[in-house]
Amino acid sequence: MIIVHRLVKRFGLKVILRNLDFQVAAGEFVALLGPNGAGKTTFLRILSSLSQPTLGQVRIAGYGLPGESAAVRRKLGVVSHMPLLYGDLTAEENLRFYGRMYNVPAIKERIEQVLEIVGLAKRQRDLVRTFSRGMQQRLAIGRAILHDPEVLLLDEPHTGLDQDACNMLDDVLRQEALRKRTVVMTSHDLSRAADLASRFDILTRGAIQASAQSADLPQDGLLAFYRHSLEESDLQRSVQVQA
Amino acid sequence: MTPFINAMSAVVWKDLAAEWRSRELISAMLVFALLVIFIFNFALELNPAQRSGITSGVLWVTFVFAGTLGLNRSLAVEKDRGCLDGLLLAPVDRTAIYFGKALANFVFMLLVAAIVLPVYSILYNTNLFHPGLILVILLGSEGYAAVGTLLAAMSVQTRTRDILLPILLFPIIIPVLVAAVKASSGFLQMLPMEEITPWLNLLIVYDVVFTAVSFMVFEFVVEE
Repeated sequence: MIIVHRLVKRFGLKVILRNLDFQVAAGEFVALLGPNGAGKTTFLRILSSLSQPTLGQVRIAGYGLPGESAAVRRKLGVVSHMPLLYGDLTAEENLRFYGRMYNVPAIKERIEQVLEIVGLAKRQRDLVRTFSRGMQQRLAIGRAILHDPEVLLLDEPHTGLDQDACNMLDDVLRQEALRKRTVVMTSHDLSRAADLASRFDILTRGAIQASAQSADLPQDGLLAFYRHSLEESDLQRSVQVQA
Repeated sequence: MTPFINAMSAVVWKDLAAEWRSRELISAMLVFALLVIFIFNFALELNPAQRSGITSGVLWVTFVFAGTLGLNRSLAVEKDRGCLDGLLLAPVDRTAIYFGKALANFVFMLLVAAIVLPVYSILYNTNLFHPGLILVILLGSEGYAAVGTLLAAMSVQTRTRDILLPILLFPIIIPVLVAAVKASSGFLQMLPMEEITPWLNLLIVYDVVFTAVSFMVFEFVVEE
């Protein structure tokens, strides 16, 4: 479903992603883990067609980026750090607007269904600027799944959510995984990532340093795998510097 | 309805609905425009003969500065909560987003003009309800909104967006400003059409060229 080959992203002289290779099969749930500044958000922005690669190839659902970005965008649902919602519109109006942009059929019924899923049915006529951060994030999740995308890209989606909202998000993601949707999620919450994902990739210094299937890790083994991968990356770096 | 028109009308509806709720953009533009008119009214104690000559200049200075406030606000709203990314993620031709934003800005400009003209007429005791002047305001506002929306989409990506927009915008809108002032002045002074037509032609050419250029480059402007 997602194929990334030798992806390089530079901002001026600063290299953010270095020959990154990454593949995700249809129906796979990949947790992308790594320290701050590793390039996770930049990578997701490239996958979501918001940023262009400097070099390398990116294909999603058979379409190449950036050439066929409109076709790719139709397949994507994105949750980012920001809610991507209008404060002066109600929850229902925000979803109606995005529904029109995505040409969602039977929009009224779909909005009701999505608001029910994210637990905001009773607040649908309230302005988004009156919502707490957690409620805005709930609605952002609703916006992302409104058009029933084949691929979900989630950038630290649990940030700012209370326990209830985190559980709601996990339920939504499990449902999507059961429906064989493809999910790529960055996270610093290892326990939630361990519960949800079928594969863990460690992104550090602009490249995937290690990858493991959930089934191959022992119970509660994700933290040890994560630490070990980062230590190996540090070791490789110090060897390179000395050489 | 084609996907392009559907997306464009969705953006216009969204901007108008949000503005109807907050009234932030229109209030800022209107207060500024009315203040400018009041200040000119007291600063320039003009006799009726001088008034008709200076009216078009005062009007267009007012529209242009008030319009800059509106353009900044219109795109800042998109940037503040990451909504610009939300728009760019939609599977639509990105020029539909540009035309939606430009059309909404055009409507805001016309709303300000619709309120400023009667106020100006009362304060300066001049009749401004001339079909020719209305035509010039339509053409001038279209050119201004077309270029302004494009440049606001560029400047909103920077930290100094409030300062950068006028610096980028004013040199580029000089042709539309000069033509609009000259054509408005011609209509108000009842000059023969032969003297006004070249300025109207310049306005039309400017509108067509800059709308087409904006249409072609908007996608590159908003890409990272």
